[in-house]
Amino acid sequence: MTTVAVKPATMAQALTRAMRDAMAADPTVHVLGEDVGTLGGVFRVTDGLAKEFGEDRCTDTPLAEAGILGAAVGMAMYGLRPVVEMQFDAFAYPAFEQLVSHVSRMRNRTRGRMPLPITVRIPYGGGIGGVEHHSDSSEAYYMATPGLHVVTPATVADAYGLLRRAIASDDPVVFLEPKRLYWSKDTWNPEEPAEVEPIGRAVVRRTGRSATLITYGPSVPVCMEAAEAARAEGWDLEVVDLRSLVPFDDATVCASVRRTGRAVVVHESTGFGGPGGEIAARVTERCFHHLEAPVLRVAGFDLPYPPPMLERHHLPGVDRVLDAVARLQWEAEG
Amino acid sequence: MTVLEQRGAYRPSPPPAWQPRMDPAPLLPDAEPYRVLGTEAAAQADPGLLRRLHAQLVRGRRYNTQATALTKQGRLAVYPSSTGQEACEVAAALALEERDWLFPSYRDTLAVVARGVDPVEALTLLRGDWHTGYDPYAHRVAPLSTPLATQLPHAVGLAHAARLKGDDVVALAMVGDGGTSEGDFHEALNFAAVWQAPVVFLVQNNGFAISVPLAKQTAAPSLAHKAVGYGMPGRLVDGNDAAAVHEVLTDAVRHARAGGGPTLIEAVTYRIEAHTNADDATRYRGDAEVEAWRAHDPVRLLETELTERGLIDAAGLEAVREDAEAMAADLRERMNQDPGLDPMDLFDHVYAETTSQLREQRDLLRAELAAEQDGPDQQEGDRR
Ligand SMILES: Cc1ncc(C[n+]2csc(CCOP(=O)(O)OP(=O)(O)O)c2C)c(N)n1
Repeated sequence: MTTVAVKPATMAQALTRAMRDAMAADPTVHVLGEDVGTLGGVFRVTDGLAKEFGEDRCTDTPLAEAGILGAAVGMAMYGLRPVVEMQFDAFAYPAFEQLVSHVSRMRNRTRGRMPLPITVRIPYGGGIGGVEHHSDSSEAYYMATPGLHVVTPATVADAYGLLRRAIASDDPVVFLEPKRLYWSKDTWNPEEPAEVEPIGRAVVRRTGRSATLITYGPSVPVCMEAAEAARAEGWDLEVVDLRSLVPFDDATVCASVRRTGRAVVVHESTGFGGPGGEIAARVTERCFHHLEAPVLRVAGFDLPYPPPMLERHHLPGVDRVLDAVARLQWEAEG
Repeated sequence: MTVLEQRGAYRPSPPPAWQPRMDPAPLLPDAEPYRVLGTEAAAQADPGLLRRLHAQLVRGRRYNTQATALTKQGRLAVYPSSTGQEACEVAAALALEERDWLFPSYRDTLAVVARGVDPVEALTLLRGDWHTGYDPYAHRVAPLSTPLATQLPHAVGLAHAARLKGDDVVALAMVGDGGTSEGDFHEALNFAAVWQAPVVFLVQNNGFAISVPLAKQTAAPSLAHKAVGYGMPGRLVDGNDAAAVHEVLTDAVRHARAGGGPTLIEAVTYRIEAHTNADDATRYRGDAEVEAWRAHDPVRLLETELTERGLIDAAGLEAVREDAEAMAADLRERMNQDPGLDPMDLFDHVYAETTSQLREQRDLLRAELAAEQDGPDQQEGDRR
């Protein structure tokens, strides 16, 4: 048995490693986007790939998101596995038409003859003090588009494992990278990365009996912290990290809610028309007779993403989560 | 000098003073559309090719009238006729080698059929039994694209990928004059030129985007002029002259295959019918204009050339017509058959592996269909 030093690694490093390993394992994997080559991406997530694999495999494209994703469609048609980087959440919108009109439905419209194995990496969400158009939580748009997988990691291990699975997937995957977790560290062994659950499976990050916090991506650490803090109140919270918004893991989520009888959905994205509404509805439909209280949502406000000096008021933090949990107890007592 | 060589000439060299990238002159199109038929160049044209183009043109015209008739009988949801534009459709498809790819828009059924796709399968989208009837890989034809210009970047990506793989594959991307105003048109041309991708962009300028004339679409001297800004050659061709279109496209395909990069071709033509059977063209154009273009009919232009030069006789013409009639009769007959749809198909091709959500929905539909089969009496009973 070999012992390998397990060092702290950041989520960004794990993502880079995932692309590197995927490119080394499969010559059809190509990375393309704005500044992904020489610079290694504005978040350095593609750092070193152009150097190691050449500019044909990691390509700085012209500055045009529809062109990048549209070209990736053609590349995928010809047998490549493009991994596209969109520089920021709000700058992926020019490519939205390609995503909705072609990427998501090419398999379907060709009756399965032309699957498109494209990974679209999008740094998303707030918490980094970004100026306008650099902090959108755009997941609901992608969730509302059938034919796409929508995944978002919350841990270093998942960042690696999910991205490897996304690149290997024969379906298009919108890979949402919580940018405020890019620099979060964890002990992780890049030489022997542990297997992670496939796309479409949620995981219970923390078990508990009082209530379930259903969350994903940037809100997972918030919920973990809230669960710790809740112990002081005598609440034993379970935290479910969805990991994949589409497909949705009803089984894991509902099993948890049936155990605890209470649930709060937590995310940064707006509440109205946001993912939480869908999740709350699913849980209610499937777990109604196990529920002691309505499923609550803790979400970002229904605003355009606020300016950096105000974003802390917008983002759901530990207190807001605990308040919701308190309301669950109150509702239960009637 | 090839475009590639020209490009090398102005890679910036130190000291980094700004220089214009290249002399635009070789990239600019001619002032007049290039013509072959009725000119001296026609004598150089290969008689076999002219005959082949003619046979395909006549078939294409017949296909258009048959498909339009099928809309009147309610067999097709809609048909965007390419009557008047058959030369572009046919000559473009015939300029490609088997290994090349075609990226058509919704009006380009004829090009798709000329590539070898089954005429019925090419109409699947327009009949409405599925979105794409054919296997894109069987004849290397991408699905007919309905959103304007969005297929152009796909052509670039595919051609780029082929070149990376070492295959000398060329992609032909077709778009209308209206489509050239879309952002995707710009992005595709720019990508293609920067990547020197082996792509040929063919704009069929048929005068209108539904009702909007070209003058309200662009202020450029011609659509082919747009090429120069991207650093690729622009060519202007008479889109009703099948021989000219074939020659210009063949040149561009050869240029791309040899590593010369993309070309933008504007074929000047006219849409004789309305935009689709659902459109009323009298609201935006007069009969005189249409009649003037009828006089410049692509089938007639080629037929005149062939007859005057004795390349075809009455019997030959008759044989071509009979072949087109047979194709139309077959199309009519097969389009009148029930496509035989299985609603369960709806769920089969959304993801590689059906999600649990879709499995539940599939079960629901299956139950609904079973109930339908049992008949209304049974359903009534179930409800009680
Ligand atoms: C992105 C997009 N916008 C609008 C439409 C609706 N539409 C369909 S055809 C058409 C006109 C297209 O004109 P042109 O590009 O000249 O092609 P033509 O129909 O003349 O062949 C429009 C506006 C569309 N299909 N796609």
